[in-house]
Amino acid sequence: MAGTWIFVEQRDGNIRKVTYEMLSEAKKFGDEVAAVVFGKGVEALAPEFAKYGADKVYVVEDDVFANYNTGAYVAQMVAMINEFKPNAVLFAHTFNGRDFASRLAQKLQLGLATDAIKVEVSAGKGVFTRAIYAGKALAKVEVAGEPVLGTIRPGVCEVGNAAGAGAVVKPAVAATAADVYQTVKSFVATVSARPELTEADVVVSGGRGCKGPDGIKLVEQLADLLGAAVGGSRASIDSGWLGHELQVGQTGKVVNPNLYVAAGISGAIQHLAGMSSSKFIAAINTDTEAPIFNVSDFGVVADLFKVIPTLVSELKK
Amino acid sequence: MKVLVCVKQTFDTEAKIELKDGKIADAGINLIINPYDEVAVEGAIQLKEKGIAKEIVVVAAGSDKAMDAIRTALAMGADRGILVQQDTAADEFARAVALAEAIKGENPNIILAGHVAADDGSSQVPTRVAEILGLPHVNVITAVDIAGGKATCTSEADGGTQVTEVSLPAVISSQVSWNEPRYPSMKGIMAAKKKPVATVAGAAAENKVKIVEFSLPPAKAAGIKIEDEPEVCATKLAEWMKNTVKVEVK
Repeated sequence: MAGTWIFVEQRDGNIRKVTYEMLSEAKKFGDEVAAVVFGKGVEALAPEFAKYGADKVYVVEDDVFANYNTGAYVAQMVAMINEFKPNAVLFAHTFNGRDFASRLAQKLQLGLATDAIKVEVSAGKGVFTRAIYAGKALAKVEVAGEPVLGTIRPGVCEVGNAAGAGAVVKPAVAATAADVYQTVKSFVATVSARPELTEADVVVSGGRGCKGPDGIKLVEQLADLLGAAVGGSRASIDSGWLGHELQVGQTGKVVNPNLYVAAGISGAIQHLAGMSSSKFIAAINTDTEAPIFNVSDFGVVADLFKVIPTLVSELKK
Repeated sequence: MKVLVCVKQTFDTEAKIELKDGKIADAGINLIINPYDEVAVEGAIQLKEKGIAKEIVVVAAGSDKAMDAIRTALAMGADRGILVQQDTAADEFARAVALAEAIKGENPNIILAGHVAADDGSSQVPTRVAEILGLPHVNVITAVDIAGGKATCTSEADGGTQVTEVSLPAVISSQVSWNEPRYPSMKGIMAAKKKPVATVAGAAAENKVKIVEFSLPPAKAAGIKIEDEPEVCATKLAEWMKNTVKVEVK
């Protein structure tokens, strides 16, 4: 058995932080840790993975891997699993990661634990803790199989400093253009100077209490001061003040930043499901009975239109 | 063109989750059609309204309770239903096997489903169904254009928006922002009662994932709450952010 494999999430050589989180976590299993990267011109990234614990780096380069596509990626991974027999293959729980892992699991007739917030792998067995009902409950699940398959939620594992040798291994290319069944016509990156919601250390969200674009501007001002991502409750999304991709909650994104600031959000159970696992929670709301105060570490009962400007100037001091 | 939609009956997203005898308590919980699947049903109806889809078949796997999800979809405008009887404890693998088996005989041109279920949050089943049926798939779509035997899908991607083309038949999973599902009309609800629903036994498949334990997240300790002049509140909040959270100010 050849240890735990971490599939690398990258686009044009930009590596997602969750990759390092997973490498560091896998190091704790006490077995060999390998990063697996598919793409074009990605070999140069190998030392990066070594820094965070990769003993080996499997690099597969070909035109067919230039963009993520399920067919070619699955074909390549199946061939590599058959050849090297890893104990486990872990993916990031991103859109691509869950797509990849689901199709791979079915092809191999295996179980898969998605969106795990805790993971432990031993020979032939993985124990994962998953948030269900959008975090309102937790399920501990066992996945048997060779390999054990799982996707890990970004931000739940700490990036460590245990390095690995990072020996580069170049398996044969096993996928061809015939394996590709999705043609990517275009990819438009979200143009934002702010970090992505699910990866941000700080998230500042606005809700109904923002009353409109002016309130959202205050939220954005605070967010930019803190280098934070901007999010919203259902009320501000449905009102069109923020784009749908910024919704935090059960039918939106689940976030777990170091600090979550809820401005003008009452804290419906639907919203709490998406943010209550944040390390620190601050709430600004005029309603002293608002449920958001039940989960907040620091709550102020006051008008956000008056609080945020002072807060911004105080933070700048 | 035949469009098939997979739906799941889930807890209301407003439901409070509690445990009973180590299991998720379901007594008194309002059940709804998974919100992501509801969007898929609406998407199918819109394809029919555009003259692209001729028939909409809705399929649910689960207990008899899943019949309500099927009836809801029929009341919205789907034409007929199939209830695949299966243990509600089926995992994603077993669920996909049962659904795929029921879908096979239907030979749909498009298979729609929500990209994730609001209860288990797994987001695996549509992709697994596509693999079993040997079909292409696209996940998390927010728009689709059907023409010339192809589906051109706009989908939410990591860090952006992507447009992907696949040939039909294909499995396509929806993001909630695709559309705003309609409420069934009284006429629709009455019509749904007369629409045919077939009940079939689910294909046997063993679970691959074993649930060891359910638990509730630890309750948060009570925090600080202050009621004062806004400026005072803001100053204290700033101090807490700096000293306790240790935020970095840009």
